[in-house]
Amino acid sequence: MSGSIPINLQTSNKPGQEKKASGDSKAVRIVLTAIALLFFTVMLLIPLISVFVKAFEQGAGVYFAAISDPIALAAIKLTLLTIAIVVPVNTVFGLVAAWAVAKFKFKGKNLLVTIIDLPFAISPVVAGLIFVLLFSTSHGILAGLLNELGLKIIFAPPGIILATLFVTLPFVARELIPLMESQGTAEEEAALTLGASGFKTFWLITLPNIKWALLYGVMLTAARAAGEFGAVSVVSGHIRGLTNTVPLHVEILYNEYKFSAAFAVASLLTVIAIINLIIKNISDWKIKQQFK
Amino acid sequence: MNLAVKPLKFRQQSVIPGFGLTMGVTLFYITLLVMIPVSMVFINSSSLGLRSFWEIATSERVLASLKISFGTSFLAALVNAVFGLLLAWVLERYTFPGKKIIDGLIDLPFALPTAVAGISLTTLYSPNGWIGRLFEPLGIKISYTPLGITIALVFISFPFVVRTVQPVLHGIDTEVEEAAACLGASRFQAFRKIIIPELLPALITGFALSFARALGEYGSVVFISGNMPMRTEITPLLIRTKLEQYDYAGGTAVAAIMLIISFLMLLVINLFQLWASNRHKT
Repeated sequence: MSGSIPINLQTSNKPGQEKKASGDSKAVRIVLTAIALLFFTVMLLIPLISVFVKAFEQGAGVYFAAISDPIALAAIKLTLLTIAIVVPVNTVFGLVAAWAVAKFKFKGKNLLVTIIDLPFAISPVVAGLIFVLLFSTSHGILAGLLNELGLKIIFAPPGIILATLFVTLPFVARELIPLMESQGTAEEEAALTLGASGFKTFWLITLPNIKWALLYGVMLTAARAAGEFGAVSVVSGHIRGLTNTVPLHVEILYNEYKFSAAFAVASLLTVIAIINLIIKNISDWKIKQQFK
Repeated sequence: MNLAVKPLKFRQQSVIPGFGLTMGVTLFYITLLVMIPVSMVFINSSSLGLRSFWEIATSERVLASLKISFGTSFLAALVNAVFGLLLAWVLERYTFPGKKIIDGLIDLPFALPTAVAGISLTTLYSPNGWIGRLFEPLGIKISYTPLGITIALVFISFPFVVRTVQPVLHGIDTEVEEAAACLGASRFQAFRKIIIPELLPALITGFALSFARALGEYGSVVFISGNMPMRTEITPLLIRTKLEQYDYAGGTAVAAIMLIISFLMLLVINLFQLWASNRHKT
């Protein structure tokens, strides 16, 4: 879904070739820039600004009341719990998968990468549905077993965590694979030849080379885990104070016409998104520096 | 770790350790979390039987939702292809104040949760919203119409075209264009004959990614569409509605259709990228 476009790092990071010269006449340049900026402002900038304007429309009192409301706090707690589980699990998976895919040559590599990418291609609603089909206590294939054990996964936090694990699975791997492939294996081979252990090689050679891309992958995973709506909405059951995450709380407030409160809670998620963009830009810049 | 030492037929020898372990963990995790859950949709659909599956797939409401989903997603991807190319061009070739900040903000739709995008756009484009207010006197309604759905889809899939076209544009040597100009080609000719053919694979990839993302989108559309069956009900929303009415069989059948479409899109995009990269090599 969101995220990653496999960009060829070799071509996008040619060092020191700034092309400022353009064959376009001044009039063409001004008109094109104006149209592009107008589109950017209307489509991206105004929606972003309006979140904060609407959030503070009824004053700071309403804003802080909305985000410190007990139900809002319960939603924030559940979202933080989800992040705390999903981010470490998918970070380890991303590192492991990127190592397997980028450092070795084997048959079926493209197929494996396609399967890792699959959660991006699947509608969030379908992502939620597949876990209902497995774990629902009324319709799931494992319903008998779950009822016997007295476990509840769907309409409960475990379902939310599973669905979030699914939708955020590709992020770290997708950030690391192209970078690690372009870096090759020469440095690791040198370290291993000199007698370093496999783990030491990873820790001292590979990790420093990929740290910025890894940080951005982790940040993307965290942001998506905090903001996922469709998949979580299918498995959550919308029980206030129990199975509502922050985005679901935004939906409830909005549907109850508590617009200022909805935008206040939404502004928290927007701040996460902005931090995410800042880290992305720093990490892109750092990776470019590495290539120079 | 032992596995890595033994020569495995399907991979090339390498001194790098950990192939067996990392590949094992990767396959185990994606089988458990992706392969088995996704296959559930097909297992459940097949238990329906072909006839009832076909009945659900061709029911009036499902067909209407597919028409709306495909129509709005196609239109959104088209808008993104045009304006994405324009923004990539302006960001790559021109200089103007604030360029770096704009470049950094392009990815906002990927970072912003869809529910936030949904409530923000719905409020802006509703009849008394900042932008909707301008169109109200002209008799144009945006929120709660297919036009509103399209705008939400343009927003959420906007970065794809910019980000696929930008690196290719960066790689094109301006000398070729200068040579064309020296040989008497007009600027428009140079653009059409030199730049567009170079950019076309990236542009089509961006378009396809944008279209695929728009087809599955739920969070932002659910707010702005108004969710009227037959008129503004997109396919992912129809799945959700069927589940809420405990029509699990119906919801799963529609999900199977969506999954097949997603797989086909993924296949086409991958084949196309393979073709484009091979074309470049020769």
